[in-house]
Amino acid sequence: MADPSPSVGRPLPRSAARRLAFGRGRYADDLRFPGLLHLAFVRSPHAHARIVRIDPAPAIAAVPNARVFTGADIARVCGPWQASVDNLPTLVSPPQHIVAVDRAAWQGEPVAAVVAASRAEAEDAAAEVVVEWEPLPAAAIRDRTLDADAAPAHPELGGNLSYATLIRAGDPDAALAEAAHTVEGRFSFARHTGVPLEPRAVIADYDPGEGTLTVHGSHQAPWHQQDTLSRHLGIPEHLVRVVTPDIGGGFGIKLHIYGEEIAVSAVSRLLGRPVKYVADRMESFVSDVQARDQSVSARMGVDEDGGIRGLAVDALSSFGAYAAYGRPPVNEGMMTIMMTGGPYANGHYEGRLRIAFQNKPPSGMYRAVGQPIACAVTEQLVDWAADAAGIDPVDMRRRNYWTDEACPLTTPGGIGIRRLSLGRCLDRLVAMMDYGALRAEQAALRRNGVHRGIGVATFLEMTSIGPERYGPAGAHVSTQDGATVRLEPSGAVRCVTSVVEIGQGTHAALAQIVADCLGTAPQHVAVVGGDTALTPYGGGAWASRGLTIGGEAAWRAAQGLRQNILELAGSILQADPAGLDLAGGAVCDRATREARITLAEIGRIGHFRHDTLPPGVQPELAVTRHYVPDAVPFALANGVQGSSLEVDTETGEVRLLDHWVVEDCGRIVNPLLVEEQIRGGVVQGIGGALFEECCYDGEGQMLNASFADYLVPMAAEMPDIHVGHVETPLEGTALGAKGAGEAGTVGAPAAVLLAVNDAIRPLGAQVSSLPVTPESVLTAIAAARA
Amino acid sequence: MKAPRFSYVRPESLGSALELLAEHGDEARILAGVQSLMPTLNMRLSEPRLLIDINRIDALKGISFEDGTVRIGALARHAELLASPLVAEHLPLIAAAMPHVAHVAVRNRGTFGGSIALADPAAELPACAVALDATFVLASLRGRRTVPARSFFHGLYETALAEDELLVEARIPALAAGYRSSFLEFARRHGDFALAGVCCHAHVDGAVLSDVRLACFGSEDRPLFAGAASAAAEGRAWSGDVKQAVKAALGGDLDPIGSFHASAATRLHLAQVLTGRALDRMVRAG
Amino acid sequence: MQEFADIALTVNGDAVARRVETRQHLVDFLRIELGLTGSHLGCEHGVCGACTVRVDGAVVRGCLMLAVQADGADVWTVEGLSDTGEIADLQQAFIERNALQCGYCTPGMLLTAAEMLEAGRRMTRAEIRAFLSGNFCRCTGYHAIVDAIETAMQGRFGG
Repeated sequence: MADPSPSVGRPLPRSAARRLAFGRGRYADDLRFPGLLHLAFVRSPHAHARIVRIDPAPAIAAVPNARVFTGADIARVCGPWQASVDNLPTLVSPPQHIVAVDRAAWQGEPVAAVVAASRAEAEDAAAEVVVEWEPLPAAAIRDRTLDADAAPAHPELGGNLSYATLIRAGDPDAALAEAAHTVEGRFSFARHTGVPLEPRAVIADYDPGEGTLTVHGSHQAPWHQQDTLSRHLGIPEHLVRVVTPDIGGGFGIKLHIYGEEIAVSAVSRLLGRPVKYVADRMESFVSDVQARDQSVSARMGVDEDGGIRGLAVDALSSFGAYAAYGRPPVNEGMMTIMMTGGPYANGHYEGRLRIAFQNKPPSGMYRAVGQPIACAVTEQLVDWAADAAGIDPVDMRRRNYWTDEACPLTTPGGIGIRRLSLGRCLDRLVAMMDYGALRAEQAALRRNGVHRGIGVATFLEMTSIGPERYGPAGAHVSTQDGATVRLEPSGAVRCVTSVVEIGQGTHAALAQIVADCLGTAPQHVAVVGGDTALTPYGGGAWASRGLTIGGEAAWRAAQGLRQNILELAGSILQADPAGLDLAGGAVCDRATREARITLAEIGRIGHFRHDTLPPGVQPELAVTRHYVPDAVPFALANGVQGSSLEVDTETGEVRLLDHWVVEDCGRIVNPLLVEEQIRGGVVQGIGGALFEECCYDGEGQMLNASFADYLVPMAAEMPDIHVGHVETPLEGTALGAKGAGEAGTVGAPAAVLLAVNDAIRPLGAQVSSLPVTPESVLTAIAAARA
Repeated sequence: MKAPRFSYVRPESLGSALELLAEHGDEARILAGVQSLMPTLNMRLSEPRLLIDINRIDALKGISFEDGTVRIGALARHAELLASPLVAEHLPLIAAAMPHVAHVAVRNRGTFGGSIALADPAAELPACAVALDATFVLASLRGRRTVPARSFFHGLYETALAEDELLVEARIPALAAGYRSSFLEFARRHGDFALAGVCCHAHVDGAVLSDVRLACFGSEDRPLFAGAASAAAEGRAWSGDVKQAVKAALGGDLDPIGSFHASAATRLHLAQVLTGRALDRMVRAG
Repeated sequence: MQEFADIALTVNGDAVARRVETRQHLVDFLRIELGLTGSHLGCEHGVCGACTVRVDGAVVRGCLMLAVQADGADVWTVEGLSDTGEIADLQQAFIERNALQCGYCTPGMLLTAAEMLEAGRRMTRAEIRAFLSGNFCRCTGYHAIVDAIETAMQGRFGG
């Protein structure tokens, strides 16, 4: 930004926090609608089964006010859809019904929608719907789904392979063959899910009079919903309005289009009444998109002196029964093979990917998509190679980072890098950790039989993905955002943004940006969003794009308004606008900084006293701008994480002691927001590293579909997390901000995995399956002893 | 996730509660702290016709001490046990276990009697009762009877309670001179049900253990008195060899049930490690 | 014996009388019947703590108590504690420390923290974490929440 600012860069509390902390949040389920009906789903108890017959009569007998809609009923309003990617023509995907018709392909797939006067009554009725099933064999074990004798997840597809690809650069076979040391491992990353605390919720209200559909929902991408609802329900797009009230967490889970949400709109359309569906927690575990779920074989070769020579990965990624509709569905696997090895100078690479269907809930994008896998695989190989070459892991990393001189470059995996700051991040992290002292303490404790471990993991963080990925894919996903900035008559400012606020605090940061542009204070800027009928068109909240894209749009709009204000002031003051500036809530003389006229006076005259203006002056006190990333295809942030932990080698318990992150997300608009994004992301990464797993039996039944059994990180087990920053502004933008929401989740699993393996290395044991559990630690130690 | 319909009744006396139980038998469920029942209702895993809320029956409340015995009323809340000076002084095993029982909000409602009567195999209090040789007082219209803790727990959520019976209280011998207790459990997260846990109670003279009572939980379908492991420590001076013998004997006592949380072998291993550590601590505590 | 019951209680200091379905849990009663939507449903099986409310002076899982059981009780929610100012220091600390993001867990966190403060002393970070261990937050990673509660304890108890 041209003008050094009083507000951007400061850790200002956000106004929304004040509302939420007083219990004044308004989440979807809090809203009131006259005449509301409640919807519950009948779901498949089988992972794979044919629907022989559905009899709704007992449900109606039990609850006379209930109505039951089968998949076939819904299909009359909204037919099936099919995931596709225009530029991946070999992608195989089956058609998916909004509510299952004839066959259910995962345990939890909706097979009928039941509407009644209350949720309890809808559930009463749903419990009475009789479904006759013919169970089918299920594809339920990830590493066997591509075996010749595996049951097909979808009989009509003939096999479970959805997509396969290969990335190759240099001569990895020769490089690995010639390497002085070769290390390899087979990694497993469990299937898990995002678990936003507020479950998915939607209220659809079709007005048969005007033919309008208004949807209030807990959703990260209301425009995507608007598009889908319009196209699939055949309602003209300008008659579809999606409103997002307060959202109780998303993390990617609420980014997707779900059959349930569409079914609610379909039922509302059929009944002409508002209809609400809120997933309960048990439903969330079997219907929210699930993620990760990969096995990766990987090999790295290094020189005598630790220089990386070559790298090869082979990933088998699982989709579940379907890939989430409407976005390029291959991202988890693609990110794995594109990002593996990314931070390190290396010319010889092979990344092989196969994606297969299983009879499990659909797969979609959960925070950091594929990158935690790439990071953990890469960093563990680097640690093993350092060990093989007899080099300290920190030195090993410093030796192998891409140098500034090598940039800009494209990695063998295909990631364009303009500039990194890995060396500076590492230096900072080592200082924050007091790495040398930690190592000394570790050695001393080891002599007493205490097994401490230290992990240092480098990460790249892809954020704010631009049109290059979504456009050619044919996805109806907008990668731009927009903002309208308006001067009110009082001199206060309103910013109407397409950025969806889901708790990150982006709206507060937008207020800071706009305030600085207009020479006012953030508390004089109100930011509103979350209504597709009223705000500029945009993309939504995903890929940590809010400030990089939406912030840039707001900056541009505010700059436009600034110019208009100065021109109006010039007219009023009969001064040259070029000699004027905005500061302290007023137009001031650029040279002397003397206030000439307040924003309030500008507002008053510009809105109420046109009669006093010179002829021909048309005050334009609202400006709309959009911004689509054009300088780079995405904003690549980077950083390093450190973990210190202790392993109880008798019980397998991993006790986290400390965690550090140094991260470079470019220009920091509000460190309070950035640091809490980092910390929250770290803890989700720790969840994946130590706790979270959707456990399935061989028939595709989820065994731990409750909050008691699906283990999320709770306060007692989490460490304090120390955050440091390096700021390398993003090139080609005014603001210079990159995303910060993925970083914690990308790097934490690697840091923890490495620390565990560092702790148990003296026992000759290593683990490579996430989550690391007490049992897996004990098993590894026992195997090493045997 | 809304509970199915049920009728609700709130008797004010033990007698009327017992009459209701006698009348409705297995169609009724007792509602005490509801911290375990309520989730099963919300999930519709349990669909009783009638809930009998005993929370206002004063005869079931309170913790008291008399003649070397602590009486814990069935309605004593976990939070009361945690804060009770009587429990701290006379039942240090239970005092040590209580912080591991769930979380503050659950402890504020959950009851001692509810935990015993539910008989969750991974719960702390049933195992404490077994190790401490508690006696349970059960009442029905047919009269009262007492059942020792060791023969109260029959299996997964199965107890000696008949359909028409209500757990009234537990009577637990207070810590006698020369006795010590030790409690350890291993859970994935603070307050979770344990993958393995052990309650130790014994007379300790120097390093010599006697009247050793080890009870394990989280391993099998019920809290288990570990007879062979207890015998392996009986009358012996605590040492590395004795520890090994106790652990080996525990392998004979326990036949754990595996789950996705931990295999049978892991649960046995953890029980052995915890038992060794708990006895180490107990001896050292002198 | 019936599937409906008449109850009378005080909620946030106000007398309330309603006929409720006996199967309705306390938080649905507060949210649906009284419009007190500050208490949230996160799991409805007693694990997440989003529904934490205060009943007769102690925090409980609002989803693990029937509304009919609250007959005669004194119930407080985040709305009431906000109005009385009892937790104003906690709220201020949460806001200044950005100890909330989506805010969905926050009322439950605040109610639990308020009970923590009733111990009348400063706690270690480990003690605070253990006390909070029944309240799930997916956004913050807990660190900032622990910071905010420490700040409130410092304010009340010095040191």
